[in-house]
Amino acid sequence: MQELLTPQMNKTVSQLLLKEVVRLSKQFQHKFNRLPAFMEVCGSHTMALARTGVKKALQNDIRLISGPGCPVCVTDQSIIDAMISLTDGENRIICTFGDMMRVPGSGGTLMQAKTEGNDIRIVYSPVDAVRVAEQHPEKEVIFLGIGFETTIPILAAAIKEAEEKRILNFSMWMSTKLVEPILRYLLDYDDLALDGFLLPGHVSMVMGRKHFEFLAEEYRLPAVISGFEAVDLLSSLRQLLLLALAERPLVMNNYQNVVTEDGNTHAKHWMNHYFSLCDEAWRGIGSIPNSGMDIRKEYEQWDAKKKFSVLAKRPRKTKCRCGEIIRGLIEPPECALFAKACTPLHPVGPCMVSSEGSCAAYFQYMREE
Amino acid sequence: MERITLAHGDGGELAHQLVQQLFVAHFHHDAFVKFDAALLSIEKGKLAITTDSFVVKPLFFPGGNIGKLAVAGTVNDLAVSGAIPKAITCGFILEEGFPISDLKRIVRSMAEEAQKIGVAIVAGDTKVVERGAADGIYINTTGIGIVEEPLVPSFQEGDSVIISGSVGDHGITIFAARGELGLMTNLTSDCAALSPMISQATKASKQIRIMRDPTRGGLATALVEICEDFQLTIELSEDAIPIKREVEGACDLLGFDPLYLANEGKVIFIVAKEDEQKVLQAIGSREEGKEAAVIGTVRATEKGQLLLRTPLGTTRRLYRLTGLLLPRIC
Amino acid sequence: MCVGVPAKVIDINGLSALVDVMGSQMNVGILFVPEVQIGDYVVVHAGQAMSIVDEQCAKASLEEWRKLVDARIADSSNEQNG
Repeated sequence: MQELLTPQMNKTVSQLLLKEVVRLSKQFQHKFNRLPAFMEVCGSHTMALARTGVKKALQNDIRLISGPGCPVCVTDQSIIDAMISLTDGENRIICTFGDMMRVPGSGGTLMQAKTEGNDIRIVYSPVDAVRVAEQHPEKEVIFLGIGFETTIPILAAAIKEAEEKRILNFSMWMSTKLVEPILRYLLDYDDLALDGFLLPGHVSMVMGRKHFEFLAEEYRLPAVISGFEAVDLLSSLRQLLLLALAERPLVMNNYQNVVTEDGNTHAKHWMNHYFSLCDEAWRGIGSIPNSGMDIRKEYEQWDAKKKFSVLAKRPRKTKCRCGEIIRGLIEPPECALFAKACTPLHPVGPCMVSSEGSCAAYFQYMREE
Repeated sequence: MERITLAHGDGGELAHQLVQQLFVAHFHHDAFVKFDAALLSIEKGKLAITTDSFVVKPLFFPGGNIGKLAVAGTVNDLAVSGAIPKAITCGFILEEGFPISDLKRIVRSMAEEAQKIGVAIVAGDTKVVERGAADGIYINTTGIGIVEEPLVPSFQEGDSVIISGSVGDHGITIFAARGELGLMTNLTSDCAALSPMISQATKASKQIRIMRDPTRGGLATALVEICEDFQLTIELSEDAIPIKREVEGACDLLGFDPLYLANEGKVIFIVAKEDEQKVLQAIGSREEGKEAAVIGTVRATEKGQLLLRTPLGTTRRLYRLTGLLLPRIC
Repeated sequence: MCVGVPAKVIDINGLSALVDVMGSQMNVGILFVPEVQIGDYVVVHAGQAMSIVDEQCAKASLEEWRKLVDARIADSSNEQNG
């Protein structure tokens, strides 16, 4: 279906939209005497803005601030350390998404643990980890479940599969995060001058447009739900500018072919069926009440936190400023480690290693030298 | 089923039988086996030597197998260096228990690929290790070629960058063949010895500055290396790079970047702008070069940077592959 | 924060569907889109179909973009004529 838009037309449309966005930005600057500042709240947007060249094309016209949208990056170091130390036990298979493999823990990465002989597997889907458990009844299979609202229902699907097949050697160590509480935190406590949000298309596909109305109603900010291609991003930025110029706080859906008003009711049903709200620790912020979801008591036989204990050590201190980066307080080059002590090959913090981290995006797509 | 045993590697009767009945029979060079080393006569020119080890998993995949790859890979390294491949040697490390029928299929396709391009397999060695000490079979090949007219890497601003066909086919084929990520595709690996196509190109133009085969690390990594080696600034146009639909689809599903996926049958040519069409026509006349395209330009002969121009008109810098290619999921 | 691509459903088997993205195929779960039909496009994330693509909306936004291009072409030819 994406083929409906030919490459030539794609190019023409995106270049036209770019001109339009620049023109609107000039109007904004004229009216308010500063650059418009928008935050993207999705790691995939951060990557897409950099990869497609949109961010660079607009570097003198819009301040695009990367928000807390990369699930690995927002996870507190103590949780990352706990997850990595799960590999220490006997007779275990650890399954994870690829992004977790090279995240630096205080005592090494999952990749290093694998090199040392631990059985650590990358799976495409959490349900695949349930199959691994089915094939290895003699082993304990633990899935490291991180993610936002898009991924949480999929974690629920894995528990459902394990429940239906009575697979008891499968469990999940969850550390999931919700978008609404962190946006409220940033708006309530951080000194961010924002003119609007570019909202995550995939989280919205689960949660629905209405879920984000609090931004307009309580914080008087416009927000636009966006897709991931250059044309989607540019047309969403255009809408954001139009709203900001008119000083109209509205939450608009610019990804209508995928996102509905109420989201995916089935997905919401299953995530609430297996999981309930919990407090979660965010990197560089600390615990935020009800900002994540964890396995309900009724299903604790699949809760790795109940089955296994890990030694909690105080995380090693580094000069990494991921905590400020995920809050949009600084840009990656403002960190002293960026591109010097911290590179994708030798990452100090998760923002450099995750394929959706702001530092990785900046390192890969924005650096000139 | 007949299987490899430790005795196949001990230099005794079974080892002799394996060499005679399998390797000599397929490689047809019993004249060479009278001595411990192959003796080759050298014509004029410079000698080119290269070596490579092959550990691909799975051993058999759509479009090839480890044997074809071991011949093609080494031949291609010679050919892109401007050499005419003459002979290769091969060393086999076999795991005890490896099915002999599989070994036969592998050896047969090595012989076929070598014959197709007129290269002799002149020496070999077999070792067998205990079960569990290797993953079926590993092959090392060393290639020897003659360079009559060495390439002169004297680059000029405006030189064209050509790729001989679509990128990423091998990488995605292998991912699908491993079955680990549940991906299914009709793609086949581009694995092929390219010396005939390359010799067509070098005949057509005397202004080819350099050739490289973008294998592991993909097109981007190979070009970054060229840029650094010769202090060039190359600008690629993102929408000119040929990518098969299936590769694009698989990359979308798994979150890979096709510019970093492995190829085993592609060549990058950097050629004077005026000879661009000659080279395109020469390689386009062969099946393996039918999708060849001009994908970029040498912008400057300093700095050593690879840039990509997006359809939006901005440029961004490309770097070599860092770490492993992992599916981007969450 | 996720990969999500429109994939065409080509077969359905219980709560699983075979989907195609430009010739590459994969089995995905359809627990969250039980109403999906063969021929629909779905957005896939981590092995699950998360949303059925509304083709009418997709076509409408294409139409809008097409108008934008046409208007632009008309503009520039006017400029040239003027």
